[in-house]
Amino acid sequence: MTGEESALQLVLTADPALWAIVRLSLLVSLSAVLLAAAIGVPAGAFLALTRFRGREATIVILNALMGLPPVVVGLAIFLLLSRSGPLGSWGLLFTPQAMVIAQIVLVTPIIAALTRQIIEDLWVEYRDELAAMNVGALRRVTTLIWDARFSLVTVLLAGFGRAAAEVGAIIIVGGNIEGFTRTMTTAIALETSKGDLPLAIGLGVVLMSIVVLINALAWGMRRAGERYAG
Amino acid sequence: MRAPASDLPLVFSNASVMRRDITILDSITLTIAPGPPTILIGPNGSGKTTLLRVAMGLIPLSGGSISWGGRENASPERRAITFQRPAMLRRSACANVRYALGAAAVPRVQRHKRAAELLTMVGLDALASRPARRLSGGEQQRLALARALARDPAVLFLDEPTASLDPYATKAIEDIVQVVGARGVKIVMSTHDLGQARRLAGDVVMLHRGRLVENTPAPEFFLTPLTEEARKFIAGELLV
Repeated sequence: MTGEESALQLVLTADPALWAIVRLSLLVSLSAVLLAAAIGVPAGAFLALTRFRGREATIVILNALMGLPPVVVGLAIFLLLSRSGPLGSWGLLFTPQAMVIAQIVLVTPIIAALTRQIIEDLWVEYRDELAAMNVGALRRVTTLIWDARFSLVTVLLAGFGRAAAEVGAIIIVGGNIEGFTRTMTTAIALETSKGDLPLAIGLGVVLMSIVVLINALAWGMRRAGERYAG
Repeated sequence: MRAPASDLPLVFSNASVMRRDITILDSITLTIAPGPPTILIGPNGSGKTTLLRVAMGLIPLSGGSISWGGRENASPERRAITFQRPAMLRRSACANVRYALGAAAVPRVQRHKRAAELLTMVGLDALASRPARRLSGGEQQRLALARALARDPAVLFLDEPTASLDPYATKAIEDIVQVVGARGVKIVMSTHDLGQARRLAGDVVMLHRGRLVENTPAPEFFLTPLTEEARKFIAGELLV
């Protein structure tokens, strides 16, 4: 049996080890994206709609943070959560929670920076109309976020892509412990280095399928929504 | 729709707007009183749009003052504006009107019925569920009018609502303007279309290079213009 055939068999027979890894990967990445969105969308909207001293510098820094090296983030979170670190007493190192934290740090700047750009562009278009309608500050924010919702779905997808493909940070803070913190990307890296290519290929196929499926669902939602709302 | 004119007259006293040392409005003194439509005319860059935005409180004055019904620094609720290129909210035509009704503090239970009435009034009832951004230019202007009317305005400012529209769409807008004006809403509309000014105007206010050139009843303006600028503009000569 070739490596590809073995990989296909693992996928088709719903190998328990493989699906445990898939489940954990999805749980970590989706949790991280949802929490990063809860932080990044309001932060991006705030940055888009307010003027304060240092705003331009903040935008530049935020944009730069989109390119944060994962291993650097992993190292920073490791130092924070390690037993001798400031948050060591939380006991989170080498847990899925630590992996979620690392991915939140990586994904939040992406969501915040792209949200800022989208909301700011929409604000330029809506500003006079909303001002003429005497719409209050809070309602302006909710209106802009709601009307930008289809673009923001794409932002969330970008965040999910970053989280799902990430390996450097989570392998440092998660430890790649079998059955506990092993995800698709860390497992692929490990199995490839061990020479167990069928599992690595199988996980790669599943990872790609999930990414394509989620993007297809989001695209379908976006198209349906645009047909209704324009 | 009713239109008490308690916020009128709208009085500009030496109103000026400057931007980076450029004078956009130059000491405008003007009274807009209840009555038939006031039409602002003048070439591009004459200050028509700025005057309307100042009246809506969207642009601050650099000098002078504005009063509404004798009250300086007042911000009347019952004023509304449509822009030359209105922004359509990313939702259906009906939802756009409902949004405006919500912003005007109309109780939620009344919004659906009121939105339907307004859409019928502007002839968009058949397109109520269509995404607003997919409407044609003329339809979008009519939707913008419906949104503005959601505020139940006493004064309605219209910034070149028929620019770039074909005659059919222009007539549809003018018909609505006449209906709204006949119900007692004070219309203040900018245009550089002299034919439209003749059809709609009760008074004509002409601006040129940010200055008030004429402010007279429409028949007098067209028959016996007082200034050289007005005479040239009416004659179709280039005003530079």
